Amino acid sequence: MLSSPFIARPLSVDRIMRRVLYALLPGIALYVWYFGPAILVSIALAATTALATEALMLKLRDRPVRPFLSDYSALLTGVLIALSIPPFAPWWLPVVGTAFAIAVAKHLYGGLGSNPFNPAMIGYAVLIISFPQEMTQWISPQGMGHSVLSYGEQLRYVFSGVLPAGMQLDALTMSTPLDTLKTQLQLGMTVSDIRDLPIYGRLAGKGSEMVAAGFALGGLYLLIARIIPWQLPVAFLGTLFALSGVFHLIDPAHYAPPLFHWFSGAAMIGAFFILTDPITSPTTAKGRILFGIGAGVLTFVIRAYGGFPDGVAFATILMNMCVPLIDVWTQPRIFGKKKKESKR
Amino acid sequence: MSKLHSFHGGIHPPTHKKESTQSPIMTAPLPAQLIIPFRQHAGEAAKPVVQVGERVLKGQLIGEPVGAISSSIHAPTSGTITAIELQQVAHPSALPDLCATLVPDGLDEWGVRQPLSYRQLSSVELQKHLRRCGIVGMGGAVFPSDMKLSHPVVVNTLIINGAECEPYITCDDMLMRERAEGIVRGIEILRHALGTDAVLIGIEDNKPQAIAAMQRAIDESSHPFKVVVVPTLYPGGSAKHLIKVLTGVEVPSGKLPTDVGVQCFNVATAYTVHRAVEHGEALVSRVVTVTGNVEHARNYEALIGTPFSDLVALSLPKADTDRYIMGGPMMGVELPAVNVPLVKASNCVIAASDALFPPQPPAMPCIRCTRCAQACPAELQPQDLYWFAQSDNFGKALEYDLFDCIECGACAYVCPSSIPLVQYYRYAKSEIRARDLEKRAADLARERHDFRQFRIEREKQEKAERLAQKERAAAEAKAAAAAVAAATPADPDADTDDTQQIRIDAALARAKEQAAAATPKNTETLTPEQRAEIEAIEARRAKIHDLAADAGADDEPPKNSQGN
Ligand code: SF4
Ligand code: SF4
Repeated sequence: MLSSPFIARPLSVDRIMRRVLYALLPGIALYVWYFGPAILVSIALAATTALATEALMLKLRDRPVRPFLSDYSALLTGVLIALSIPPFAPWWLPVVGTAFAIAVAKHLYGGLGSNPFNPAMIGYAVLIISFPQEMTQWISPQGMGHSVLSYGEQLRYVFSGVLPAGMQLDALTMSTPLDTLKTQLQLGMTVSDIRDLPIYGRLAGKGSEMVAAGFALGGLYLLIARIIPWQLPVAFLGTLFALSGVFHLIDPAHYAPPLFHWFSGAAMIGAFFILTDPITSPTTAKGRILFGIGAGVLTFVIRAYGGFPDGVAFATILMNMCVPLIDVWTQPRIFGKKKKESKR
Repeated sequence: MSKLHSFHGGIHPPTHKKESTQSPIMTAPLPAQLIIPFRQHAGEAAKPVVQVGERVLKGQLIGEPVGAISSSIHAPTSGTITAIELQQVAHPSALPDLCATLVPDGLDEWGVRQPLSYRQLSSVELQKHLRRCGIVGMGGAVFPSDMKLSHPVVVNTLIINGAECEPYITCDDMLMRERAEGIVRGIEILRHALGTDAVLIGIEDNKPQAIAAMQRAIDESSHPFKVVVVPTLYPGGSAKHLIKVLTGVEVPSGKLPTDVGVQCFNVATAYTVHRAVEHGEALVSRVVTVTGNVEHARNYEALIGTPFSDLVALSLPKADTDRYIMGGPMMGVELPAVNVPLVKASNCVIAASDALFPPQPPAMPCIRCTRCAQACPAELQPQDLYWFAQSDNFGKALEYDLFDCIECGACAYVCPSSIPLVQYYRYAKSEIRARDLEKRAADLARERHDFRQFRIEREKQEKAERLAQKERAAAEAKAAAAAVAAATPADPDADTDDTQQIRIDAALARAKEQAAAATPKNTETLTPEQRAEIEAIEARRAKIHDLAADAGADDEPPKNSQGN
């Protein structure tokens, strides 16, 4: 005998994940526009690895493969990893990162719903710690002064490893805008001098600022469609803005302006697609605000003072660790009770 | 019009109310036999006061209330009582309950009806009358209405619940459309009994005809009642939530509406109050919606005790109907069998099929998305409660206010992982109740054991004392005898032994008394009703356990993920 409720009309997990994937499309499209189609190959590699690893792990753990594979969560993890590593990286980089993310960060922790850390960010962290060289060689956007590959040449390189005659890989890649900022500051340049370098555009890195804007656009869709809670991106971006703004006002020569922070690195994709992973973020409204603030502070601190160019991944992982505590601390009052008078 | 307030959460399931509001309320024909349970209200079951074979008249008392919270049961028509025995009833436990079987004689002959003029009656007299007429809350909780009028504190607002938020159910809607005048009269009687000034009638905005009819009836009556149109939002008909919407006041957790000066009655209850007081009619029939997978969805005025199968047959169930639900799709229960009788709580029966209520896909792990929390009108954290319930962490579940869950099902309705959340809460609640009972029984047993030890000790001591005293007395007697004692009056110590004995007897009697006072609490001496209730709880628990286990087997994750 069944028991009530006898009806349900949820937005199922796979539909939620699918919408999140759709929301990534504008960012990906702009990525291809500015940096060429190599990223699509990375995404394909990561996605395939994600699904294969997921299937394998489900088999090993004796779980039904079909329903879990079709929930799109593994796919999303793969895509997010691909988007956070350089598209010209050797093929095994997204493969290793994704396999680790799915097998260890997700399944060894109990699979969907039980993983405390964002698998994509664990995958990224493992890669940047193990392969710092490969992880910081980004390709220059199309239309820049120095040598770039045409789309066709790019694809040929990705699949065959052959560059057009006379071209060196080194000449095609550069460090990221955040990275450059950091190294140049260490060399004694001021922020405004650095931002006159040709790799910078209006707000942040040429090309990459537009990609970030694309992710922001997708993120706004997720917000409006109520797929993600507003507290996380708002608290995170707000904190990052406020903190970098204060420092920039005090010492504009050494601290980049807030919009630079917003549109550099993984800030936008992090705000809307990574911090908002429901499994690894708090469940209460207040908790989400705390979580967003914490991640914003950590991101800024790591960017300004840390050893890594971007801080979103590590900030996410560190904040993931605080989630159980935040949840307990921020239990809301319930209907008919003044305030939590309990002893939690 | 007063300003409306809102409550957290809620959902908008498809209402499916149109189907059953196309035709007027129809009086169901007299069935071949009626099965009338003696427990149709919250509290103690009524005690049968008729004999098998006895002829009864319509409205004649056949079961009288037992104890403070109880109500009366009446013969719904004239005829002969042919049996008083355990029968299957519409209860989720599927356990039989004591019922009278009545074979109608077709005359439908009323017994004595005594209409009253409520204005001359005190609240207490009215309460007595309602209890005599078997008036209970018709919204589903079936709490004796007399109890709700006997309140120790001042009630300044009377709220009449015409929200009817559950999908499919339209009996209140139709009642308001067709019998608004009676309802308004009933409301006035309730208002009089409570001595309140303000009366607010909350009706959801998807019932424009009911709203208009009520407004018209109020205008004609010139009572200063206010119809308040509230937005359609499930579960807006939950008393505490309707109170919040209408007054902005939140009834504190674990408290009654009267604690905040509000009392709430259902529109159908108001109508039966009117019939009871102004026509002297006991509660022997009600309006019930028959809908779902049937050809002719509509409302019937049916006698209490009518087998659901009779009602359903009138509406022509479609061929693929394979189960019936009493109540709405959100909170209703599946009937153990379709021939169980209509009771005072039965507002709706839905013929169901897989096409109408498709089975849910297998449950997936919780992704902590908190859509459930956003939907929860009790402002709980259903995802946490689920986690605690499935890991049998009942202490935590209590701490997270499991018992404030009203089992409305809003959380399960929106859960993207299709987790049967409410099942887990029911399981945890019954498990906690059962453990509580067990613990109390164990405590009692220990107390009794301790007391026995204590008594044995004391008896030993007293015996020793007695012995010593005897020896002393003997010695004294000897001494006295040895002394010059020709004209000694009665020995003052002679009766020592007797007084001592009396004292011991008294102590023993006291001990016995105490032991006796302690025993009734024990499970061995439970009344049959209590035992039946415990069995029901046990059965329900086992069933929910199975269900939960099934659900667990399907989705796997709940159990395994704990290990990590
Ligand atoms: S709606 Fe379902 S999946 Fe989402 S948090 Fe609640 S229980 Fe978990
Ligand atoms: S069933 Fe309980 S937990 Fe779920 S929404 Fe209703 S009150 Fe909240």
